[in-house]
Amino acid sequence: MAETQSNGHGYVGTRTIRPDGVDKVTGRARFGADFNLPGQLIGRVLRSPHPHARIVAIDTSKAEALPGVKAVITRDDFADQPSEFIPAGEMMMNYKDVVRNVMAREKALYEGHAVAAVAATSAAIAKRALKLIDVTYEVLPHVIDVVEAMRPDAPVLHDDLFTAGVEPKPDKPSNIAKRVEIVLGDIEAGFAKADVVVEREFKTAPVHQGYIEPHAALATVSEDGSAELWCCTQGHFIVRAHCARLLGLDIARIRVTASEIGGGFGGKTVVYLEPLALALSRKAKRPVKMVMSREEVFKASGPTSGATVRVKMGATRDGKFVAGFAELKYQAGAFQGSPVQPGVMCAYAPYDMENVKVIGYDVVSNRPKVAAYRAPGAPISEFAVESVVDEIAKKLGLDPIELRMMNAAREGTKAAYGPKFGPIGLEETLNSIKKTEHWNTPLRKWQGRGVASGFWFNIGGETCVSLTVNEDGTVSLMAGTPDIGGLRASLAMIAADELSVEYDKVRPIIGDTGSLGFNFLTGGSRSAFSGSMAVVEAAKQIKADCCARACKLWDLKPEQVAWERDRVRPIGDVADKAKPMSIADFAKVAGKTGGPIVGYGRLNAQGAGPSLGTHLVDLEVDPETGRVTILRYTVAQDAGRAIHPAYVEGQFQGGAVQGIGWALNEEYVYGADGKLQNAGFLDYRMPVASDVPMIDAILVEVANPKHPYGVRGVGETPIVPPLGAIANAMENATGIRFTELPMSPPKVLKALKEQGVTAK
Amino acid sequence: MAKHHVEATVNGDAVEFLCETEETLLDVLRDTLHLTGSKEGCASGDCGACSVTLDGRLVCSCLVLGCEVGGRRIETIEGLAEGEALHPLQKKFLEHAALQCGICTPGFLVASRALLERNSNPTDTEIRYWLAGNLCRCTGYDKIVSAVKDAAATLRKG
Amino acid sequence: MARVVLVGNLAQLTGGVAEFQLAATSVKQLFQQLTELHPAIGRHLEEGVAVAIDGQIYQDALLEPIAPNSEVFLLPQIAGG
Repeated sequence: MAETQSNGHGYVGTRTIRPDGVDKVTGRARFGADFNLPGQLIGRVLRSPHPHARIVAIDTSKAEALPGVKAVITRDDFADQPSEFIPAGEMMMNYKDVVRNVMAREKALYEGHAVAAVAATSAAIAKRALKLIDVTYEVLPHVIDVVEAMRPDAPVLHDDLFTAGVEPKPDKPSNIAKRVEIVLGDIEAGFAKADVVVEREFKTAPVHQGYIEPHAALATVSEDGSAELWCCTQGHFIVRAHCARLLGLDIARIRVTASEIGGGFGGKTVVYLEPLALALSRKAKRPVKMVMSREEVFKASGPTSGATVRVKMGATRDGKFVAGFAELKYQAGAFQGSPVQPGVMCAYAPYDMENVKVIGYDVVSNRPKVAAYRAPGAPISEFAVESVVDEIAKKLGLDPIELRMMNAAREGTKAAYGPKFGPIGLEETLNSIKKTEHWNTPLRKWQGRGVASGFWFNIGGETCVSLTVNEDGTVSLMAGTPDIGGLRASLAMIAADELSVEYDKVRPIIGDTGSLGFNFLTGGSRSAFSGSMAVVEAAKQIKADCCARACKLWDLKPEQVAWERDRVRPIGDVADKAKPMSIADFAKVAGKTGGPIVGYGRLNAQGAGPSLGTHLVDLEVDPETGRVTILRYTVAQDAGRAIHPAYVEGQFQGGAVQGIGWALNEEYVYGADGKLQNAGFLDYRMPVASDVPMIDAILVEVANPKHPYGVRGVGETPIVPPLGAIANAMENATGIRFTELPMSPPKVLKALKEQGVTAK
Repeated sequence: MAKHHVEATVNGDAVEFLCETEETLLDVLRDTLHLTGSKEGCASGDCGACSVTLDGRLVCSCLVLGCEVGGRRIETIEGLAEGEALHPLQKKFLEHAALQCGICTPGFLVASRALLERNSNPTDTEIRYWLAGNLCRCTGYDKIVSAVKDAAATLRKG
Repeated sequence: MARVVLVGNLAQLTGGVAEFQLAATSVKQLFQQLTELHPAIGRHLEEGVAVAIDGQIYQDALLEPIAPNSEVFLLPQIAGG
């Protein structure tokens, strides 16, 4: 077969209507809580009221005796797991911890930690049953704050947790799970060359991913141990792996179907209810449905870390960054595994620097275990660095964009975390921000403007899709990564272009775990990147298959036949020997030429290109209330190539607004009793429509050479720059360097008063 | 305690159902009438994912009891499209990519229709304040505001 | 010989040696050779490190080829949200 070449309709780069759209605007789309089965029971979880307590005894006999209760489970229903780290989801995972997080064993480690669960014939009975479970707690002293948790006299959460990454190995357990560091060059030598050095300490609050759809699961386990599970997750293959392990089932016995997912942002990469629903169903021999309340989502599912960060940077008089140091202390929640490692690696990633040292600590405390949240770890460390970069610009009297440009990482720059960058688009984003009308508009009193850049690696990973050419020439596309915001549209566009069929003739679905090979989850900005590579691969197989069939139909040799432009053609001397055939033509004769036409794209996608972005924000501070209003916002980010520009813009805009919430309002508020005081949307205040302006999105496209269409992941990076950009704008508006997030009205008002700021 | 017997109109259809006193209208819609387009995001009236109209008034169905709706007219997301034709709001949400995950979309559409019934030519600010009771975590609201404005223009043209 | 650099904490498992010259032609060989030199690192390599070969990051890619003059960095695994 001659070289194949694609030149389809050119859907890539256009704004098609998403294939799943009609279902989502009519209420027909089925999300996690929308599934029901005949005879199903309702499951509810009993949660610890204490932030830290030894569980002395659990007596479930009264609950079990309540009419309508069909199963009660506790720690005794899950086999303990050995301590070993395996890569899963977004971080390394230790099943010893996972089994303890889904159901407390020796101790309850945070308020809201699951202690028991029941399944009953109605929600009301399940609720009553929870009250009848008698748990004897021995309440222990708790610790919430990361710095306090690191003190030698802090209450220790885990007797067997000895700080990893330090020499000599500690002989006493502590809450510091791990110390990590990266070193590039020699920072002492670097600081010696610096004309200006800025050192600051920052504090960020833990924030929740804030997906609107609470976790939900529906499970049914039959007498022979076969299980079916429907749940809202970013990765149903990952759910299957975790549940198989926790329940001791063969992977082939569990079939997981991902419902439509109502937001995740990293928070739906781990299991909470799923193993409980399966365990209850196994015991009750009936389907069990479980849905979290919003309060449970806040108290028992993963926020991201709050942190304390110290940054020290040095620059020469003319603005060259010569040394960067940072020390990051990240909350992990009740079990180790904060995103401090990527925080360490990202801190100085946007810049070309010779001398960098970043140290990170992963610290446990009596809070819910953190889960991934969009570019996990990066917003925190980059916020601190971007704030200091701005201060250096001010000290040197340099334009903050120029200073960043002068130090920007570019192709060939050795990243602070080791390797050299390929083509990246930071300079292009800085340039396009500088050219905006926004950057050049004057401001009034109490208004400020800030800029910040951000970096995220992006990943590929295991991916499997199928493309099936149907009898009528339409194409069924099956992917195995949940569609969280336009994936089906993107993959259908690629398939349509590759096979030269109309976009509307490609119908994408998300297959269950029994229908495809293993797929890693939707996360790390990988699903469109890796999925499109797999679709290209599957389409290649189909085109090769069609060429082979054409050879037989036309009695030609392989080299006399090729896929050119939009169909299989006889080429060269025999170009007029047969009528070229499209995919639809082959569909008609599939049965007579060898059977179904199917392509499987399966790969472990490599070559994810980092995406860098720069954000520009204008805001206004109300000196009487301390309230900050975002007036104007522009995002420029490198998308490599935007498959569907509208959904790429949507990622930029959504990430920016999540970042605005992180910067200005959102935080977990704990009382002295170690209990969360704002476990609801009224008091955990996420941005609403009237809080934000339009978000201008500039698509920068520096093609990723490792992807057939030049695509880069785009979903993570947009949440990285807002924190720094807003803090920098606050400084511009008030002259005050805010180092603590969120910059909520009480804090702003207090700072204004303390600094006696009355005018710019 | 005996259940309440309730008769009401949902999307133009007469319905009757039995409900417990503590069951919300959202529970009834989702669990009894199997209209799962209205979503529960918070059960406390903070997210708007369960928005419906009750005799034309926009409410969070999680804050209304099932036993309160006797004789009343309820419109949900399932009643927004007219036959095979999508409502202009639905079309514009799709054209503008005003949804990512889609969980908040039914609530936004119901709330937006209620706005446009009262104000056929809302400003950006009016749209943003009217929709301030509906949380969206994916889009940053930009494309939602654009879609509502565009739908309003389409509806004004008739 | 490829130049192999261990980033971050990995060098703690090689007695502080962070840089190697190895004649490996694939990631698999590289892991084998490193493990022979420093058995303690073996488990960590298996648990999952990312490998940057001449700037390009690979994860779980045992069969990826390494050129004789390649620059290879071993990094902590990278994921996302």
